[in-house]
Amino acid sequence: MALLQIAEPGMSAAPHQHRLAVGIDLGTTNSLVATVRSALAVVLNDENGRSLLPSVVRYRADGVEVGCHAMQAQAMDPQNTIASVKRFMGRGLSDIADAAHLPYRFVDEPGMVQISTVAGVKSPVEVSAEILRVLRQRAEKSLGGELVGAVITVPAYFDDAQRQATKDAARLAGLNVLRLLNEPTAAAVAYGLDNGAEGVYAVFDLGGGTFDISILKLSRGVFEVLATNGDSALGGDDFDHRIYCWILEQAGLSGLNHQDARLLQTHARAAKETLTEHEDAPVTAVLSTGEMVNLTLTTEAFASITKSLVSKTLAPTRKALRDAGLTVEEVKGVVMVGGSTRMPVIQRAVGEFFGQEPLNNLDPDKVVALGAAIQANVLAGNRSEDDWLLLDVIPLSLGLETMGGLVEKVVTRNSTIPVARAQEFTTYKDGQTAMSIHVVQGERELVSDCRSLAKFELRGIPPMVAGAARIRVTFQVDADGLLSVTAREQSTGVESSVTVKPSYGLSDEQITQMLQASQEYARDDMLARALQEARVEGGRLIEAVEAALQEDGHLLNEGEGGKIAAKIEELRVAIAGDDHRRVTQAVEILNHATESFAARRMDASVNKALAGHKLEELES
Amino acid sequence: MAITMTEQAAKHVSNFITKRGKGVGLRLGVRTSGCSGMAYTLEFADEIGADDVQFESHGVKVLIDAKSLPYLDGTELDYTREGLNEGFKFNNPNVKNACGCGESFNV
Repeated sequence: MALLQIAEPGMSAAPHQHRLAVGIDLGTTNSLVATVRSALAVVLNDENGRSLLPSVVRYRADGVEVGCHAMQAQAMDPQNTIASVKRFMGRGLSDIADAAHLPYRFVDEPGMVQISTVAGVKSPVEVSAEILRVLRQRAEKSLGGELVGAVITVPAYFDDAQRQATKDAARLAGLNVLRLLNEPTAAAVAYGLDNGAEGVYAVFDLGGGTFDISILKLSRGVFEVLATNGDSALGGDDFDHRIYCWILEQAGLSGLNHQDARLLQTHARAAKETLTEHEDAPVTAVLSTGEMVNLTLTTEAFASITKSLVSKTLAPTRKALRDAGLTVEEVKGVVMVGGSTRMPVIQRAVGEFFGQEPLNNLDPDKVVALGAAIQANVLAGNRSEDDWLLLDVIPLSLGLETMGGLVEKVVTRNSTIPVARAQEFTTYKDGQTAMSIHVVQGERELVSDCRSLAKFELRGIPPMVAGAARIRVTFQVDADGLLSVTAREQSTGVESSVTVKPSYGLSDEQITQMLQASQEYARDDMLARALQEARVEGGRLIEAVEAALQEDGHLLNEGEGGKIAAKIEELRVAIAGDDHRRVTQAVEILNHATESFAARRMDASVNKALAGHKLEELES
Repeated sequence: MAITMTEQAAKHVSNFITKRGKGVGLRLGVRTSGCSGMAYTLEFADEIGADDVQFESHGVKVLIDAKSLPYLDGTELDYTREGLNEGFKFNNPNVKNACGCGESFNV
């Protein structure tokens, strides 16, 4: 019979309708799946009791291997055994700096790089889907039923393309994605920081091969990522390598064969792990040459050989704090994530840096998956309604291009998602029947300084005078941070829309740069905006006056035509210049110069309208 | 009239309640639904209701509303592991037919 779990009061599910949901940490090195069982978040193990699934996929002519078996085959079959595929998600070949050093046969495809294997050309999305499929099967076996959905974690700096790729991978693996969740946010949730904790928290994530530091701000259930930084080539493996070099040096070894090198690497790693619990770690091994290695690595020696690595984690941490505009004292707590944060040298360094003991009572390998599971449980509807729902925010403002290359922000930075905002726009010219919508992302005032996300056209606007059409543009950002934009002409209902799926995205560095630039250039931007606005206004006036002259030129007084023409010329010169005040001034002068002409035109058109009508007709 | 728990089940319940941070005990019940008429409910109890009948087993309080009790009398709640799956199991002597999966039953 089915095995039951304890539900929250009043939240029992109907038979066969258990809302089984999981959280998945799809990691660069290892992946995990967790769930909430009887109010308790737990990581689900495989048949052998292992919780970590190495994120390695090996393609064979007759099938696929995922996890430990694939990892063991890495040395033997490097071309078909894909590790760290997360680094390729949503990335083009030119984005992968070390592609030449990797054993894979990359295929340069537009949008995302692909890898040629014995089983055909595979995209990173397909490779990730293999990992997710194994986790899904493990979860369904453990929970005794089909999953309603999963929350999958992604690094905070993942852009639209990388998030979309992750979602696609999940769909391919037969998972319904309830939500993508930022990894540092998930870690904070696992520590229960969402329950009433307000303030700034740092999430220090040192994994096998990557380091990420995130500064989070929590207020009323809203998680805002203030800054992220890190080093994509720094992790526990580097510490292992330092020990390995130390062994070679101490034992006076060189020119080892492949097998001995691997043996000593394994010993190096074991020594590092021993030092987590003990003061000294013995390193004893017999090489294939018969040579004996018999050393003892002390905590002090380890600290001294890895000192530079430790400080390499603190530099980005300092930078992230600076980007967030915060001091160390303002950080209320530090969450430790990633197996490598078990190292006492890291614990100590982080503790000293922040002047407080970091939170480390949860397993740092599991904390992200546990947080994701807790969030999945809420989203699947297993908690009562008054429970919190986690909110994320968008990192950069979204807007569209208006006349003159200016940005009109529709959704501002740090809006909580999901969000939908609409704004009305109108036509610029008489009889304009199409409008080009250019969606941009960034904080700057000029389109050229922001990042272009998408362009589309709204056609079929009925011809009207400039400014009469009402076009409603709606920006919608779903809970995963993905954007769709719809433009609709209100009188006819013609509609056009686009879902933004950029093939290239922004890295965290670019986001930081764009944010900094927006602050540095705030004044320049203001002036640039004022100038552009004045230019648009001036251009519009010239067009209107010239149209009027053409239509009603006979109404001009003697000499008036020449005077107006001169003022138009002055305005043209001002527009070509870069002083917005001069443009505004010239606009006023031209306005003034055409005042009486405009009055006469008005009279003439009223007369024309009245001609041939009797007074009574008008009065009725 | 009695409802009992195996020691294994009681251990898990009290562990879950501790980790959850609140709760006075475990609430068992039945409700009409499912493919075979009745279904079990298993929830944390945050308060004791006026109609509740209370039992205690290995130090854990078990609450049942008076209407559900006739269907559950004599039940022993167990905690078991089946492959990767683990959870609670009702050993209910009143059950005449259960659906294939055992989640719903009739008496």
